[in-house]
Amino acid sequence: MVYLTRRAEFSASHYYHNPEFTPEENRRIFGKCNNPHGHGHNYTLEVTVRGPVDPRSGFVMDLAELKEVLNREVLDAMDHRFLNKEVPEFRDRIPTTENLAIAIWRRLQPKLKVAELHRVRVFETPDLFVDYYGEP
Amino acid sequence: MKAHLTRRYRFSASHRLHSTEMSEEENRRVYGKCNNPYGHGHNYALEVTVAGQVDARTGMVCDLVELDDFVGREVLERFGHENLNTLALFEHLVPTTENLCAEIYRVLAGGFRTAAVEKVRLEETMMNSFEYCGDAELGTGRCVQL
Repeated sequence: MVYLTRRAEFSASHYYHNPEFTPEENRRIFGKCNNPHGHGHNYTLEVTVRGPVDPRSGFVMDLAELKEVLNREVLDAMDHRFLNKEVPEFRDRIPTTENLAIAIWRRLQPKLKVAELHRVRVFETPDLFVDYYGEP
Repeated sequence: MKAHLTRRYRFSASHRLHSTEMSEEENRRVYGKCNNPYGHGHNYALEVTVAGQVDARTGMVCDLVELDDFVGREVLERFGHENLNTLALFEHLVPTTENLCAEIYRVLAGGFRTAAVEKVRLEETMMNSFEYCGDAELGTGRCVQL
């Protein structure tokens, strides 16, 4: 089994707000991230797939295909977007890095046929990242 | 849904690798330049991974302010800009990055109550790093309980 990781970058804005919380609770729990006008990050996405090496091609999967799936399913939808307003998953879910990793997993997992999705890693900044392995 | 969140911190400290159980010559041979009696320093980078269910109300595994406060108080203030050999912890323990990494894991895993500390990764330089997750075993990127 070989693990292959492809990196991609996208930039997006978001803010954290739970309508079930009072304004004070939202400010206390989410701090600066509660600014309703949003703020942005340069996200780095690392997608790891796993699988046996095909004896004919020497590939776990065709990188061009992986890149195309990443572009279509993630970057086209999220790059240079306001996550809360433009990405359907975040209409009723807070676009934290945790939820972003889960949403990206759910977008990619059904589209990968040749290799199996192993891990989605999302860096919000160089000092903060979340890993999701599809665990319930 | 269970997610694994990693936060990266930095601190600088000095140390000297020297074991009282070895002769002077053996210390020089085993530790090389690191045995210099005046010590030397590093910019350490610390990665702390917490794991748990994503809270449906906040979207978070862990309140980052609480994690930052705890790591700041228990690790960065304790070790930052210190000579590690002068600390009680290293009175009878060689302050290698292995030992420091394991100690940081014990302090965080044993004391932080907001989320489960899964792993500590400590970079001594850009060229070497150490990972520790207690009784668990490092799997393919995450810790798997034996």
